[in-house]
Amino acid sequence: MNAPFRTPTGGRVDRGATRRFSFDGRSYDGLAGDTLASALLSHGVHLVGRSFKYHRPRGFLAAGSEEPNALTSVNRGGGRVTPNLRMTQVELYDGMEARSQNHWPSLAFDVGAVNGLMSPIFAAGFYYKTFMGPKFMRGPGLWAKLFEPAIRRAAGLGVAADEGDPDVYANRFVHCDVLVVGAGPAGIAAALAAGRAGKQIILCDEGAELGGALLAEPKLEIEGRPAAAWLAATLRDLAAMPNVTALPRTQAFGYYGHNLVALAERLTDHLPGVDTTVPRERMWQVRAAEVVLATGAIERPLVFPGNDRPGVMLAEAGRVFLNRYGVKAGSRAVVATAHDSAYRVALDLQAAGVTIAAIVDLRERPTGPLVEQARGAGLRIVTGGTVMGTKGHWRVSEATVAHVSGDHVTDLQRIPCDLLLMSGGWTPSIHLFSQSRGVIAYDTATEMFIPGKAVQAQRSAGSCRGLFGFADVLADGYAAGLDAAGAAGGDAPALGDKAFAVRGDDAYGPGGFSGALPISGDGARAKAFVDFQNDVTAKDIKLATREGFRSIEHIKRYTTTGMATDQGKTSNLNALAIAAKALNEPVPAVGLTTFRQPFTPVTFGTFAGMSRGQMFDPVRQTPIHDWAAAHGAEFEDVSLWKRAHYFPEPGEDMHAAVDRECRRTRESAGLFDASTLGKIEVAGPDAAEFLNRLYPNSWTKLGVGRCRYGLMLNEAGFIMDDGVVGRLAPDRFHVTTTTGGAPRVLNHMEDYLQTEFPDLKVWLTSTTDQWAVIAVQGPRARDILLPLIDDVDMSAAAMPHMAIRLGHICGVPMRLFRVSFTGELGFEVNVPADYGRAVWEAIWSEGRAYDAVAYGTEAMHVLRAEKGYIIVGQDTDGTMTPDDVGLGGMVAKQKPDFVGMRSLTRPFLTGEGRKQLVGLLPDDDAIVLDEGAQIVDRAEVPNGTHALGHVTSSYRSGVVGRSIALAVVERGRSRMGETLFIPMPGGSIPAKIVSPVFYDPQGERLNG
Amino acid sequence: MAEASTVLRRLSPLATQNTVSIGFLPPMTRITLRGEPDAARRVGEVFRAELSPDPLRANAAGARAALWLGPDEWLLLAPEQAGLAASIEAACDREHGCVIDVSHRQVGIEVRGTAGATVLNAGCPLNLDLKAFPVGMCTRTVLAKADIVLWRREPELFHVECWRSFAPYVLGVLKQASRDCGF
Repeated sequence: MNAPFRTPTGGRVDRGATRRFSFDGRSYDGLAGDTLASALLSHGVHLVGRSFKYHRPRGFLAAGSEEPNALTSVNRGGGRVTPNLRMTQVELYDGMEARSQNHWPSLAFDVGAVNGLMSPIFAAGFYYKTFMGPKFMRGPGLWAKLFEPAIRRAAGLGVAADEGDPDVYANRFVHCDVLVVGAGPAGIAAALAAGRAGKQIILCDEGAELGGALLAEPKLEIEGRPAAAWLAATLRDLAAMPNVTALPRTQAFGYYGHNLVALAERLTDHLPGVDTTVPRERMWQVRAAEVVLATGAIERPLVFPGNDRPGVMLAEAGRVFLNRYGVKAGSRAVVATAHDSAYRVALDLQAAGVTIAAIVDLRERPTGPLVEQARGAGLRIVTGGTVMGTKGHWRVSEATVAHVSGDHVTDLQRIPCDLLLMSGGWTPSIHLFSQSRGVIAYDTATEMFIPGKAVQAQRSAGSCRGLFGFADVLADGYAAGLDAAGAAGGDAPALGDKAFAVRGDDAYGPGGFSGALPISGDGARAKAFVDFQNDVTAKDIKLATREGFRSIEHIKRYTTTGMATDQGKTSNLNALAIAAKALNEPVPAVGLTTFRQPFTPVTFGTFAGMSRGQMFDPVRQTPIHDWAAAHGAEFEDVSLWKRAHYFPEPGEDMHAAVDRECRRTRESAGLFDASTLGKIEVAGPDAAEFLNRLYPNSWTKLGVGRCRYGLMLNEAGFIMDDGVVGRLAPDRFHVTTTTGGAPRVLNHMEDYLQTEFPDLKVWLTSTTDQWAVIAVQGPRARDILLPLIDDVDMSAAAMPHMAIRLGHICGVPMRLFRVSFTGELGFEVNVPADYGRAVWEAIWSEGRAYDAVAYGTEAMHVLRAEKGYIIVGQDTDGTMTPDDVGLGGMVAKQKPDFVGMRSLTRPFLTGEGRKQLVGLLPDDDAIVLDEGAQIVDRAEVPNGTHALGHVTSSYRSGVVGRSIALAVVERGRSRMGETLFIPMPGGSIPAKIVSPVFYDPQGERLNG
Repeated sequence: MAEASTVLRRLSPLATQNTVSIGFLPPMTRITLRGEPDAARRVGEVFRAELSPDPLRANAAGARAALWLGPDEWLLLAPEQAGLAASIEAACDREHGCVIDVSHRQVGIEVRGTAGATVLNAGCPLNLDLKAFPVGMCTRTVLAKADIVLWRREPELFHVECWRSFAPYVLGVLKQASRDCGF
């Protein structure tokens, strides 16, 4: 293997296990345990991507999930393409195919880099300025031809997969006593303590291995053992506890109310090949009694011109690549720092054979053991230093450093290097704490934002609350674990705090810097990056403040700093410090923006879980569904139901089938599966009174065995549902609702019963799924049913229209309604659902003698429209009153109250100009109007013409012999005979206003 | 590295040897009672299983069970028996309650095995730990996008009731969840 930057020994990679992979089509090899980042670095590959806006060459900034630059798209074949993965988190497997992103045509030659030359134009707020700028900039030509394509090209990282995702994703809800987020030293100690206390623990970590910072500490000793051995033993202890679930590769990405924390677990992305037996990712929705946040800290970049070149890296990342992966990130390094921790980096790298050209320390007089060690090791230290800039196109080749005194910069010197490691100190990772709505505090001593008062059952431990040094962090984690276990309640053994004996723990002196490093000159063209992922520079933030933005929330949105997929992990503090300086205010006065979910990007698949394809929603089918399918029905979706739309015979299109179904129903009979109708049993001594209060019409006088049509109004007086109600007994009603309205109506009823009418003794039971409903409609309906029913007198005299009878059909219990939604003689047979199919088939057999048809929802719509019967939700839109649809007569005048009554007297609902339901006949009887089309009073329609209404239902009617439509039109009932116009792209269509009843206006056919 | 990764595999919940079996139950007689405590008492006498006022508890007596679903609502489950609903309705004083036969409204699904709770938790957000959801507990809840009634009959036996038109979906969710859990 030829990996020139791999150390001969060390690290946690498995040197016996080679992993071959390709990056941008070129083959490389790495080792088991590598990330894509460490494997590429072992070959000296630093150029791995182009930046978002200026398409600048970019390399690795970090070694963990905070990486903003090194994004990759991994293709696992068969549509399994995932863009925007951080190479520092992508675990290498044999055969991996990865590509760089955000360039065209290639990584080395990217046309988009011209944006860099135009950077004065693409400054902060460019997008907004295209709306606000001089007129030539706002012109449609420039927008369409230049700005929009430019912005669209620049906007968005990576390319989404263009095929369906074949992977499966899982979901799991889980409760635990203590959730520990982060399995670094603090998190592991917390889990150990809470686990020993016997609590149910979930310990999760975003990394492939649990251990966090301990994974890169070869010299550290804990409790007398090397850190790696202590870690392995402790993880074994945790594994032996049945009450501890440890989840590696599991990102806690969102912290919500009531201690709900969402985790995304990556199950298979690290495995070679595609394992289809396991979900790719699993969402864990954890409801934790107590949470320990042990999310660590993220190193802060320094902001200086050219700080984004490949080879410029966070200092600790250089150490992690060396100590965890056995990879030297360069051969000659300049270390720029404002913090002691970078000295550790310099010492480790030097020991591994990397030349440390200089340590440039921003501090005038750095002191402390690490500084002394560096001096002792002969490292050159430039104190009071700054970095003025870098050189190198594909990779840093030189750093310009200088001494700063006051506002003056002296002693400029150019130092050749192929690695520039920088450290502005550490930013506690308070993302999840902020998401949990905790109050963030500013510690003036350390100049850090740290968790203040928690508002949920939660505590932070370790570096995420500003502690550094392993002994402190371990003890703090353990104490937090004990605290959480105690707070979770129940019995717990009394465990005391625990100190961890640690050797090789480096103590840090004071330090840290945020903001932009001082540079000479005006820096007009200098690009000192703050937000690497969104390409926001220090200059952009200063510009925003000059343009009048003072709130950090506004500066964030205007410059887009911190708004990329990395959530500003490396940029927020620097942006804030630059803004504060420009505004001449202290940092805490400017404040921090709120952190948002997700902490790192989460795939759509993980959110969707199993809700996809056939499982996206429940698909409800009636007991007669399979019969309809076997008889060739086409189905349509009505709320969650599949309903037979029409039953085409061979050679028929929908129009022909519907025409036949309607004609045969009116000539003989049709069978219709109405099982989806909502059904509610309303029972109790006050049932009639309840319906009186709920519906606008009167129910007291409805006799047992009789039915009545009811319009249900909401409090605003508008129609919300309708249906037939049958009285089964003095104290019991069978209420039907629309198919889609059943749950809403039941909730409406239950709501009124519990909150407004608790005095009534009424009980509600949904029976929608209990009953299969078979509508038999048409002049032969009675003839068809008679042979099957022997205990109900179905004669017109004994069972008139709007009657209900109990009896049996084919030997099974039946509720028989005589009702009609077609205008024909009709019955609806209700039988217990399991018998629905058999009874349907029996009726169908009888119907064959009369050449009866099965009809679907489309024919049902036509048949009812011919009669002017409304469909709630189609002919009404939530703003229609009973009078608007011509049913004002149903509203009882003598009732003391009903839901919606007072609203119906509002002037707006009683005044002139209400839209009213009418019929509409196009002059050209072949034209079927578009449903939803507007209606106006003139053929020519200048802009601003007032629409009088719109078409609500429109069909070709066989029995009327022409097209018909229903419409709502202002003052429609006073316009009978008027011609109005329906403006369409091909010209206005004249149509005459008529009565909405097109067929059998006297209603005689109902009484057959 | 090798040592640590072995530990991690053992820590993974996927690796544990669990079992689950899921299937429809045969038809049953199902009756809802909505009403006052007095009605519940009288119905319980005829049903031969007390309709307990204890919230979220099912009272099983042999093959029959009365599940508390609300302060005025119980679901009665019994092996299929003609006339049972009628006799219970006759026993109920209609001034104080309402009995409805919903035998055909619902379908029962059994989830049995050591991983039953885990499989249910793919779509049910409740805490199904034996301490939090002990044997005999029952409740209305959701499974993914469907309403269900969930009743724990034994430590490793759950009875799921759902409306018949949701049954294919509920079964589908449970089957998919069991695959997702590695079964």
